[in-house]
Amino acid sequence: MTLAASSPGFLSPTGVEIAFLLVGVVTLGAAIVTVTTKQLVHAALWLVVALGGLAVEYLLLTAEFIAWVQVLIYVGSVVVLLLFGLMLTKAPIGRSPDADSGNRWAALTVAVASAATLIWVVVDAFRTTWIDLDAATAAAAGSDGSTAVTGASLFQSWVLPFEALSVLLLAALVGAIVLSRKAAAEGERPPRSQDKAPSGKDKAESDEIKAASGKDEAASGKEGAR
Amino acid sequence: MNDALDVALRLLVVFVVFLTLPLIIGQTEHKVMAHMQGRLGPMYAGGFHGWAQLVADGVKFAQKEDVVPAGADRRIFQLAPAVALLPYLLVLVAIPIGPSEGAVGVLVDAGIFFVLAVMGVGVLGSLMAGWASANKFSLLGGLRTAAQLLAYELPMLLTAASVAMAAGTVSLPGIVNAFEWWWLPWQIVGAIVFFVAGLAELQRPPFDMPVADSEIIFGAYTEYTGLRFALFLLAEYAGIVVLCGLTTVLFLGGWHGPWGADGLGWVWTLLKTAVLAFIVIWLRVTYPRLREDQLQKLSWTLLVPLALAQIALTGVVKVVIQ
Repeated sequence: MTLAASSPGFLSPTGVEIAFLLVGVVTLGAAIVTVTTKQLVHAALWLVVALGGLAVEYLLLTAEFIAWVQVLIYVGSVVVLLLFGLMLTKAPIGRSPDADSGNRWAALTVAVASAATLIWVVVDAFRTTWIDLDAATAAAAGSDGSTAVTGASLFQSWVLPFEALSVLLLAALVGAIVLSRKAAAEGERPPRSQDKAPSGKDKAESDEIKAASGKDEAASGKEGAR
Repeated sequence: MNDALDVALRLLVVFVVFLTLPLIIGQTEHKVMAHMQGRLGPMYAGGFHGWAQLVADGVKFAQKEDVVPAGADRRIFQLAPAVALLPYLLVLVAIPIGPSEGAVGVLVDAGIFFVLAVMGVGVLGSLMAGWASANKFSLLGGLRTAAQLLAYELPMLLTAASVAMAAGTVSLPGIVNAFEWWWLPWQIVGAIVFFVAGLAELQRPPFDMPVADSEIIFGAYTEYTGLRFALFLLAEYAGIVVLCGLTTVLFLGGWHGPWGADGLGWVWTLLKTAVLAFIVIWLRVTYPRLREDQLQKLSWTLLVPLALAQIALTGVVKVVIQ
């Protein structure tokens, strides 16, 4: 079992490799703080750091398009939705003593197992693959991570998985609408039986629910667009 | 060495533009609004028609005490203005103003994705400010900001995708290079949708309900004073520069003009940007504020279908002319 292709060695790392490792450490640290902090909104903001760090890693691997999409979808939309949800429900300033779960050991086991699987798969698949950074920067438009190459492989080799993913997201979208509709209907029934005209507060609440379901649509729509 | 100097010089120019253009737009807004409302606007500072009013404002902001409310989340409260402002600086780096190689800060291959992705990060600044202020009005402002994002982001992305399809590239200089005059009628619907969605992103009237000073006292920025408040204001005006510049580059042909495209390309870009900025100011003076749900309705029932129709039209025309 050879460790890697012989030509580029591990003992003389380039600047890019060092940067990659440092950003990786920052990303990992931010991810750990995300799941351990007791301040809910801080967790969401640390998630921004972790996701942004991932985008930088993609950039260092010359996958420019993927990096920007990462920022666009995850930092610009998903985290904003998370914060929106937190603010609508419960976002106290300071620590939440109840922000803890009895499932932490089960969660840790699953996390370690899935991480081990992913690392094994990635290492096994790309062990001998090296990116020639000089060539990649010299011909930015033609390198493996450029938009043109990504688009061509996505819509030629991988079009079936891509479409299957779209259907999955569509199912999630429909499911979200069904769930939120049901909650809204149950929430509105009691006041309606007493009084035909809903009071201003109820109306505001149902508007908020509508806005929240719109958010799911937006998220899924964007994932689909991706 | 030469390369490093070149990059440093470009970034310096972009930085200077970042510091001056928003102020020029701010001063223009003072004057244009004043004349549309039948008054003079600032006339004293600096002597000639109050040209130094914004400099005086800046000095005033710098002198004010920087207050952090006792109940606020200190660090996030202090970080928020930087998060709101910096993305616009980064976006400005990628916008080309002229046809030559040197007329863009940094050439980004996936330019459209870069600018839209980084612009979206700026919203986090408002959200952080709204939450960390520990103030109900600020929280409401933050909520409205987030709700607004859901409304405008999709149509904005779709119309940008339409232009990218038309040009066959996602690089901003590449798109302007591919521009022909008949793109203007071809992409006009997309241009309007993009501009309207951009206005909603900037929280400019008529989409200024997140800051609505008469309802929720400037929303997320209620608790801010001094320089940090000034940074939020600067972010708004920098946002106008970025939005108008982007609309110019994507839809109005950037440096292309009826004449003088060779040497005076950058003049055309700046001129188109300035006209769009004037329209932004004009809209502020003329239109009443929409409610948040009206924006949602406008977006999901009008802007998104129009953007999708534009994409379909782009695709059909593209196939026909090939």
